[in-house]
Amino acid sequence: MIQGVGITHVLIVSTLMFFIGIYGFLTRKNLITILIAIELILNSVAINFIVINKYLFPEKINGQIFSLFIIAVAAAEVAIAIAVVIDFYRINKSIDVEHGETMKY
Amino acid sequence: MDWSYTIWIPLLPFVGFLLLGFYGRKLPAPVPGWIGTIGVFGALVLSYITAYNYFFVENTDMLFEPIKGFEMLWMNFTDVLQFKMGVLLDPISVMMMVVVSTVSFLVHLYSIGYMKGDPGFGRFFVSLSLFTFAMLGLVVATNLFQIYFFWELVGVSSYLLIGFYYEKPSAILASKKAFIVTRFADFFFLIGILIISYYTQTFDFLTLNGMDETSFTSLSASSFMGMSVLAWALTLAFIGGAGKSAMFPLHIWLPDAMEGPTPVSALIHAATMVVAGVFLVARLFPMYSHVDGGAVLHIVAFVGAFSSLFAAIIALTQLDIKRVLAFSTMSQIGYMMLGLGVSGLEGHEGLGYTASMFHLFTHAFFKSLLFLGAGAIIHAVHSNYMTKMGGLRKYLPITHITFLIAALAISGIWPFAGFFSKDAILDAAYMHNKIYFWVGWFVAGLTAFYMFRLYYRIFWYEDRVYKHTPHEAPATMTYPLMILGALSLLAGFVFFYVWPFAEYIGPTGKPFHMHINWILAGISLGVALIGIVLATIMYKKKNDIPDKVSKAFGLFYKWTYDKFYFDEIYMFVTKKIMFGIISAGWTWFDTNIVDGTMNLIGNTTVKSSNAIKKLQSGRMQDYAYAIVSGAVALVIIFVYIWTH
Repeated sequence: MIQGVGITHVLIVSTLMFFIGIYGFLTRKNLITILIAIELILNSVAINFIVINKYLFPEKINGQIFSLFIIAVAAAEVAIAIAVVIDFYRINKSIDVEHGETMKY
Repeated sequence: MDWSYTIWIPLLPFVGFLLLGFYGRKLPAPVPGWIGTIGVFGALVLSYITAYNYFFVENTDMLFEPIKGFEMLWMNFTDVLQFKMGVLLDPISVMMMVVVSTVSFLVHLYSIGYMKGDPGFGRFFVSLSLFTFAMLGLVVATNLFQIYFFWELVGVSSYLLIGFYYEKPSAILASKKAFIVTRFADFFFLIGILIISYYTQTFDFLTLNGMDETSFTSLSASSFMGMSVLAWALTLAFIGGAGKSAMFPLHIWLPDAMEGPTPVSALIHAATMVVAGVFLVARLFPMYSHVDGGAVLHIVAFVGAFSSLFAAIIALTQLDIKRVLAFSTMSQIGYMMLGLGVSGLEGHEGLGYTASMFHLFTHAFFKSLLFLGAGAIIHAVHSNYMTKMGGLRKYLPITHITFLIAALAISGIWPFAGFFSKDAILDAAYMHNKIYFWVGWFVAGLTAFYMFRLYYRIFWYEDRVYKHTPHEAPATMTYPLMILGALSLLAGFVFFYVWPFAEYIGPTGKPFHMHINWILAGISLGVALIGIVLATIMYKKKNDIPDKVSKAFGLFYKWTYDKFYFDEIYMFVTKKIMFGIISAGWTWFDTNIVDGTMNLIGNTTVKSSNAIKKLQSGRMQDYAYAIVSGAVALVIIFVYIWTH
């Protein structure tokens, strides 16, 4: 707990991170950038867990364990996502998301 | 004696059919043919044993009572409505099973050579075995339901075999035509069966034939247009039989049925299936002669005599050899119908019945021989038209001799088979009605003329140079020809003098003596000889007499050549009048309301899915956008609800 910094300040930061991530996910064409945007979303959620745990239920550690869990999942997810991107590159000679539009009507 | 083995007579070809149907089409070329042939050969052996036992062992007193060799309950609805399947043994069914299995066996054997190299070899034998099973099941039927069941099965296998060359549009049209015309007639047969079984409470032939005139009268008190209900029912059943037997005016399918392979024409459209109508009338003959004092038999006789004359006239001018034979078949079946129509029931009165069955018996041999000979000729020349033939006697010696025997037999020359049976029919007609006799007499002359026209145009007429030298058919084809040739030569003689037909087969199973009336036989033999001599003058060597004659007949010649425009009349009636006028309202309702509703539902689905399918764009960012905006919208809605 940082002196003079309220829960709302931290929540505003995490909300901003979340929507920046959403924005990046929706607008970027490069797969790596989209991956980074997903990481932003995940991290904003992890921050939320820690902050709410710390400010509202200081005697418990559930939120911290959840954020550790999210970090572990994010690590695994990045490994898979990078593998997908490499395969995608091998097929399309590009990592532009516009080349991944074949699965449609 | 235990007769239950007779059930295997129809079942053996059925086993062959199942084996071939499941495994046969993968086997290499001659094997399916031999499997089918062996199945039919089993039926042949069993029918000969049955015939021997029935005629010479069981009934040594020469009174041939019907025996139910086998019967089982197939479908049991109520105490009255029961469908049974079984084997009825009486003189005509035993005779028919011998004819069917003999001709079917020879045709199977012949087809092994004839169909060699055809891609549909296995399929052909599957259908042929199915047909043999159905036909044997038909002739041994114990009741009206069973005969109707197998009646439709022979119709289906006939349809399959006419349309065997399904790449040819004409074959498809012919098979459809045969099926629709016979099915149309079968509809009347079905109504007839329903009426008969409604009034008599039975399907069983023995019960129906066992009733006498008074019990029929008491059963059908109501009458319509001067005939009792049962007489109408029998007339309807006869219409069914006329459709199957190509009697006028339901004959139009038979000439077109020649689109099928030639062995099929020999088996189905000459020897067996087309006589099913005659067999039906013969099977119910005591009933026919009891109901209304035989009123329906007058119709049978008239239709038979007219068809016989009509077909013989058309056969004079046709150029396709198989069509000549088809019209000749129709004409000969007309004879058989005439024989039944003029027959009485007791003693020598039953001569017409016996003669008709005798003619059926001999006709099966010489007509299938003619068709198989035609098959060998077509095999050699690769054409159906007699204009492409001539002088073939040097190339096809066996076919030539056997064809000549068959032509003499059908023309009724002593001592060939046709003489005895045709003479017996004419004799019976003379006893009944002199006009029928003179019609039959004239037809005998026409028959001799057109058969020898055919014979000379194929084997003599002119020597021509063939692109491929014609050669005699292989042994599997010539042996059946020779066997049938011997049968055509001997069947009449043997079954007149050695085992007189009339002493075994009569309408009541009681024997009578059949003898030749030499005056009548002499004048019919005379007219046949005149026909042959005329044909010899006109067609033995190429000359211009035929052209002069056809010019002299002028318009009549053209009408005959075009078969009196019956196909066109039927097309006009069905297309223009029935489809165009009578059913126009229904057609409108069907295309606009019924189809319209269905189309509306279908089109709406297609259009709306076309409109919304763009949503599935394949861009996952679009999907994510939809999820996010949906989530945001939900949040806004819930916040709004909570705050108010």
